[in-house]
Amino acid sequence: MDMLSEFNTAQAQALDAERPVPEFAPGDTVRVNVKVIEGSRERIQAFEGVCIARRNRGLNTSFTVRKISYGEGVERIFQLYSRNIAGVDVVRRGVVRRAKLYYLRGLSGKRARIAEKQEWRDTKAKGTAKGTATEEK
Amino acid sequence: MRTGLIARKVGSSRVFTEDGAHVPVTLLHIDGCQVVAHKTRANDGYDALQLGAGQAKASRVTKAMRGHFAKAKVEPKQKLAEFRISDDAFVDVGAEITAAHFVAGQKVDVSGTSIGKGFAGAMKRHNFAGLEATHSVSISHRSHGSTGQCQYPGRVFKGKKMAGHMGAERVTTQNVEIALTDADKGLIAIKGSVPGSDGGWVRITDAEKIAAPDDLPFPAATASDAAENGAVEDAAPADDTNDDSSAPEENTASDDAGGKEENTASDDAGDGDAK
Repeated sequence: MDMLSEFNTAQAQALDAERPVPEFAPGDTVRVNVKVIEGSRERIQAFEGVCIARRNRGLNTSFTVRKISYGEGVERIFQLYSRNIAGVDVVRRGVVRRAKLYYLRGLSGKRARIAEKQEWRDTKAKGTAKGTATEEK
Repeated sequence: MRTGLIARKVGSSRVFTEDGAHVPVTLLHIDGCQVVAHKTRANDGYDALQLGAGQAKASRVTKAMRGHFAKAKVEPKQKLAEFRISDDAFVDVGAEITAAHFVAGQKVDVSGTSIGKGFAGAMKRHNFAGLEATHSVSISHRSHGSTGQCQYPGRVFKGKKMAGHMGAERVTTQNVEIALTDADKGLIAIKGSVPGSDGGWVRITDAEKIAAPDDLPFPAATASDAAENGAVEDAAPADDTNDDSSAPEENTASDDAGGKEENTASDDAGDGDAK
């Protein structure tokens, strides 16, 4: 491995060990806990929405979350390894057939729904605690 | 005035800092940067250190240079460079200077050979505006305009900015910040960009225009210093790095140490045969 990728992987691994992020993919509904600094105080603000794109580039991995806020679509792009993110929770796993769900931008209301992924097998082995919890509902 | 370092540009990356920011960095590799010779005021009229970096094949080095390296008892180096120093900042010949020579947060100047652009037009080379897109301009949208006046002076002044060769020249970026250093891996991360292409050689020196911090290692941070400072300091950064990345590093370090002596020995033997 060349020095550059070695440096990047080492840093990514260190950051991942510091703050592990569950596996998630486009179509999943995620809650991103963002650190917000107000004056001298730091608090956590959640941004919950559908992950519509994920750009896997090692240390430079980023993902886009889209939500409807007061009837207006809002998208935010997060750097996966940023220290501004306190954590990512997977709220719901969705079934999609695209890697980039940009078509959701043109849809609204019922049309913009994503079917929930049903895991019939290996529920114990796969999926996070959150994922199984929503399934039981 | 301390010596600088010869480094090789690895590429650019980013560093996520503790406070949530991310810093774009250029990685520089310090690859076996050793003192090869001294230039003294008495002998040469000025005080300087000649440093060498990288590894050159002994068989590809001229006999004269082999002798030069053998005198310093160092491996043949790929790149040599001189750094002017003050007379109290000499470092022993053969000493290896490590990345700990510079401290995070410090400002440095970095010189390198910029990426060659070939024969470039006036717009690219001198930021000329070019001609208009319409209004009867044809074919010459990217040309420069007039280059002179009238029958008097009847010539183009010397130094007129025109199209020509661009790049592949020595460029120095001043006052760039050191984001972090890693002496174990020989890496220095510099905030922002550095002239030259990846894999190119650059010179790093303390910033000329900004006072250096007081805690800099003087005259230089050498590999033997690091060994003396003991296992305590060495152990701490080793724990921080990831297991799989630190393990091969240690191996290479020991290989280098072993190979160095063998190589210099074979150099001497080679010289002897030739005679």
